[in-house]
Amino acid sequence: MSASVLFDVPGPRARRRQSALTVVGTLLLAGLLGWILRILWVEEQITPDKWEAFTDPDILEALGEGLLVTLTAAATAIILAIAWGAILASARLSDHGFVRWPAVVVTEFFRAIPVLLMILFLFLAPISPLNVFWSLVLALTLYNGAVLAEVFRAGMLSVARGQSEAAYALGLRKTQVMTLVLAPQAVRSMLPVIISQCVVVLKDTALGVAIGSEELVGVAGRIYIAPQYNNPLAVGLFLAAVFIAINYALSRLAVWLEGRQRRTARAPTPAVKSDLDTGA
Amino acid sequence: MDALGEMLPVIGRGFLVTLPLLGWSLVVATVLGTLLAACRVSPVPPLRALGTAYVNIFRNTPLVVIFLLVAVGLPELFPIRNFELRAIIALSVYTAAFVCEAVRSGINTVNPGQAEAARAVGMTFLQTLGAVVLPQALRAVIPPLASVYIALAKNTSVAAAFGVVEATFTLSGLIEDYPQYVYLAFAGIAAGYVLIVLVISALAAVAERSLAVAR
Repeated sequence: MSASVLFDVPGPRARRRQSALTVVGTLLLAGLLGWILRILWVEEQITPDKWEAFTDPDILEALGEGLLVTLTAAATAIILAIAWGAILASARLSDHGFVRWPAVVVTEFFRAIPVLLMILFLFLAPISPLNVFWSLVLALTLYNGAVLAEVFRAGMLSVARGQSEAAYALGLRKTQVMTLVLAPQAVRSMLPVIISQCVVVLKDTALGVAIGSEELVGVAGRIYIAPQYNNPLAVGLFLAAVFIAINYALSRLAVWLEGRQRRTARAPTPAVKSDLDTGA
Repeated sequence: MDALGEMLPVIGRGFLVTLPLLGWSLVVATVLGTLLAACRVSPVPPLRALGTAYVNIFRNTPLVVIFLLVAVGLPELFPIRNFELRAIIALSVYTAAFVCEAVRSGINTVNPGQAEAARAVGMTFLQTLGAVVLPQALRAVIPPLASVYIALAKNTSVAAAFGVVEATFTLSGLIEDYPQYVYLAFAGIAAGYVLIVLVISALAAVAERSLAVAR
């Protein structure tokens, strides 16, 4: 149901009322913005010393390197998560209960515990051979792989039944049906979801700050702690801007892919919406 | 097993901090998120823009950065002394964006004929939304909303990165005090979160069943 079903096409009176409300609403928003800016001004947040850190070439270089670590960690984690998710999903699609049930338990367990708990555990456990980077990447892999496993399973099940029936009728074995017939068709409906999951992974790399990682948030965190800057708000706004820019682009890509698929008639309808991000 | 006896109270105290964080954020985020959803489907363009902008900003920012802004940065503007209150604000403003999207997707499941009929009998936008659409959307909203609440329960752990001694925070202390029982400590804390997730899922299932209506 589109939003317009909820209200009539405005007539002349409603249009006048709406344009009045629009003016009032815009003024209110502008007022709110002005109020925030005033507070920022009064509390001396819009002063050169709060922001000059971002003009220092050394700091900018460190932030650039941090961004590179963030992107590397996210890319590594998503690739490993796809592999781990594929393993879990194929285990869950198994005909054998002794393979299926452990996979169910593992999937649900990793989905239920906080990623941060996993990161801390992998990093702090005395026998852990993992350094900061790999603790972060592995924890992200375990969680997102479990999420993707459900996506993959739903994707495989969403392929029209006739496809697997025809493949079995031709005498293919189950592995062949899965890899040669179902998976290639299911991948198309999964792609937007995988892109959306990249947003989740990218956001969660910021959790590395808890174990002193070298990614963007970790690097930036060291700026505001420095006594000569002491600018958590400026640093936070800078970080938010960077993440919003990257993630918004990724979300648009996912939406575009989904829209393109809906237009091609032969693609299986995605069983899972690309909008998986629940904020975890 | 003595170690377990000593660890459990520590973990339990951690969850006694986690649960209020979860409870308060859940209430605030639900109210704020529903208001935002109403904004996003409203006939007034600036309100729609406000809702869309809010969702795009808060959904795409890492929770850690929101914690940095609210829990560390905000006191420079407003003297909010209580750190847990600031953690609740951070969790709420973040989760509200996801609640908004869940509610909006629920609104979209309601048969358009319902809203059309409401308009046909002369109801205004707020009457249509409040008396006809939202009550019917409630049931469809429960599963996605439960996922958002589960995510929120896990997200309360981010407060640990900013020094709130909640359940996840207790892990580092327990590993220091009982290095030989690392797995037990981890399993204990993880079990607490699994329990919370199971309770939320069960409550959602009960709510969904009790709200089931023949359409």
